[in-house]
Amino acid sequence: MTAISIQNLHKSFASNRAVNEVSLNINRGELFGLIGPDGAGKTSLMRLIASLLLPDSGSVHVFGFDTRRDYRSIRKQLGYMPGRFSLYPDLTVEENLHFWATVFGTTIDRHYHLIEQIYKPLEPFKKRKAGQLSGGMKQKLALSCALIHSPSLLLLDEPTTGVDAVSRMEFWDMLQGLKGKDMTLLVSTPYMDEADLCDRIALMQQGKILSAGNPHHLRTQFIGRLWEVKTPQIHPLKQRLNALFGCEVAHLFGQCLHWTCQADMSIDKVEQVLKQFHIPIDSLREIEPGIEDCFIQIARS
Amino acid sequence: MEKDIIRVRNLTKKFGDFVANDQLTFEVKQGEIFGFLGANGAGKTTAIRMLCGLSKPTSGEMEVAGFDAYTQTELIKKNIGYMSQKFSLYDDLTIWENIRFFGGIYGLSRSAIRDRSKEMLTRLGIVNLSNRLIRDIPPGWKQKIAFSVAILHKPQIVFLDEPTGGVDPVTRRQFWDLIYEAIDQGITVFVTTHYMDEAEYCHRLSMMVNGRIVALDSPEALKQRFGSSSMNDVFVQLARSGEKSS
Repeated sequence: MTAISIQNLHKSFASNRAVNEVSLNINRGELFGLIGPDGAGKTSLMRLIASLLLPDSGSVHVFGFDTRRDYRSIRKQLGYMPGRFSLYPDLTVEENLHFWATVFGTTIDRHYHLIEQIYKPLEPFKKRKAGQLSGGMKQKLALSCALIHSPSLLLLDEPTTGVDAVSRMEFWDMLQGLKGKDMTLLVSTPYMDEADLCDRIALMQQGKILSAGNPHHLRTQFIGRLWEVKTPQIHPLKQRLNALFGCEVAHLFGQCLHWTCQADMSIDKVEQVLKQFHIPIDSLREIEPGIEDCFIQIARS
Repeated sequence: MEKDIIRVRNLTKKFGDFVANDQLTFEVKQGEIFGFLGANGAGKTTAIRMLCGLSKPTSGEMEVAGFDAYTQTELIKKNIGYMSQKFSLYDDLTIWENIRFFGGIYGLSRSAIRDRSKEMLTRLGIVNLSNRLIRDIPPGWKQKIAFSVAILHKPQIVFLDEPTGGVDPVTRRQFWDLIYEAIDQGITVFVTTHYMDEAEYCHRLSMMVNGRIVALDSPEALKQRFGSSSMNDVFVQLARSGEKSS
């Protein structure tokens, strides 16, 4: 069943086409990732879904309700955590939670089971002003407030941006914990490595959806074979390869080079190409493309 | 032997009872890319503020570009460059106006600003965009321009605080090409990042946990020491070890 249905959606700000001809369906109960860099249009798309922005053309339906006409029905079922911390800094932790519960006509106790795991570490600090919490605690409080009315749809706008690797893992663990509770989750992120934690994803750039589907499916769409090359002279090798093929076939991934070849190129031929540069090769193996490899390929084509 | 461009001995910064930086000791060699890693709240920003001459240590020794942390902070500021994801260029000024502003701040003459900006805009291939407002420039490009502006005065060392956060994968890699070009010009690069593949582009990495530097080595050596093939794994192991002890 469809939770969000988006058709031919357009939204511009002056000459900037923030959302450009987007069509997308998001199913009930799924954890869906909107993946793309800053300026891709992720926030605008989310605000259009949340009925906080109106489309220039096209439509968004959430649980069958139109975001133009039936925004009241949508907002009751919606939890939204914006990218910027947007709770009241001069209210305490508990007061913020109480406030949001009241706004949605409920109490903290009624759906406490939903936020228990997330809110527990905050309980000892419930008398502290929200503005004085650490980054990680602010985030837990914001998530608790977005969940307190037991929404059917939770929108999380870049919850892990600027967050270190460990805290990012913990945040995704929290999200996995919310799955299967009859809640649809839409999360945006600029980190490509978070794609595999989602049921389905859409890759976005410059207002457009480049590709959508489950992460595994997206990988199978990768064109050509991908080789991982390790060498002490990584930059010279990258430059030589790109010069030889006249386009960017090789990209740096940490201390390795990812080199995309035509599908019919055998390992013998690959080795032959590498040999002619007289650059020492430590290791060479064929690898499965990651979502970042896919993004680079689609974004450039 | 390369000389040390940053020398830090037992550097400590306290805020009241809270020890934000606890006896940091390390050096950064001239011409290297030094990665400064740590979890949120580990104390990276506090250390960077001291290294940039913006705040004074509580105790310990620190020399940046040959200048002292206590008595020569103004000289430190003149000899470094700085950019971050959050603050880089003014949105409501054009590219050219930003260049003129920052060039002026760093004390470059009018003719030097003109010559260097021309060279820079040509290299980036954006001569025809110089009268465009920064707010109309795509975010990835803005970061590339910001970096070029931060090294316009040819500083000895440039501090990059999460320079590529939110930047698309292709532009992120082009940004690192610029970093390597800066290294070729003899500029030392001090960088923080949450992207672990970028950590591997550094010559050496330090890892900060709860205000202390708990590891410092080349990416390869760190991976070997922790018996792991991924930098992400090394980071998680180190950061988690801090959680247990705190």
